[in-house]
Amino acid sequence: MPQNSAEALTAQRKTTSRRPAGTLYRGREGMWSWVLHRITGVAIFFFLLVHILDTALVRVSPEAYNAVISQYQTPLMGLGEVALVGAIVFHAFNGLRIIAIDFWNAKYQRVLFYVVIGLWVITMLAFVPRHLINVFSH
Amino acid sequence: MTSTLAAPRSPYARAPRKNGVNWEKWGWIYMRVSGVVLVVLIFGHLFVNLMVGEGVSALNFAFVSGKLANPFWQWWDVAMLWLALIHGGNGMRTLVNDYATTRISRGILKSAILAAVVILIVLGTLVVFTFDACPAGQPADLLPTFCQAL
Repeated sequence: MPQNSAEALTAQRKTTSRRPAGTLYRGREGMWSWVLHRITGVAIFFFLLVHILDTALVRVSPEAYNAVISQYQTPLMGLGEVALVGAIVFHAFNGLRIIAIDFWNAKYQRVLFYVVIGLWVITMLAFVPRHLINVFSH
Repeated sequence: MTSTLAAPRSPYARAPRKNGVNWEKWGWIYMRVSGVVLVVLIFGHLFVNLMVGEGVSALNFAFVSGKLANPFWQWWDVAMLWLALIHGGNGMRTLVNDYATTRISRGILKSAILAAVVILIVLGTLVVFTFDACPAGQPADLLPTFCQAL
């Protein structure tokens, strides 16, 4: 498509300029929120698969369920739960940010990313100390 | 092999279907609707299981079966199960479409995702609605306290 190549080149020059234009998802806050949304989403999905299987053990026997759930109460897994909750809380708040961008106004996407980070910090400050006390005092 | 990237917002190489259900649109809507509901359901789940009382240290069969003996938590957990697995499965489908480069690898990966989602939805739903909070012949100290009244 020779007649399109000049046009494509202009478009490419525009999008590879130092300040990305015409997209929310290349560079800076828009891109990093997208990257984190994907990574946390995949992590949560694989935990969900395991979590349904371990909960299904209530149907097998109390001993089987308790044997597996006690693995979640070790210090190492306690730290893993901090990471899991951190991933879930980010995915939740950033998901609400995506909905606000789609249905409300995309021009606030950058400030909303910092709102997400702020709410994440507040939620984790409420969760992490209490959770670590529960993990390490038993 | 050289390949050219189409300019942003150029029309589809293949004409989009004009009739029938637009499944991608409904998938897009589903991610947002289920997402909002899941924020409430999962934050509630995490609060009750990890924040109230002794949190993760208090989790055992007696705690979970005590919860699941209550229809309120049964429906809460089943709603989470269906909404979260379909939301997660559809999200994984998006990643496969983005990153798996051949038709056959996309087919295999999406089949595996579909199988995992269907099997776990069936398993989880059966567990929630068929399990016995007070199984016979089990030591009483492993069971919820209301089992002693039976």
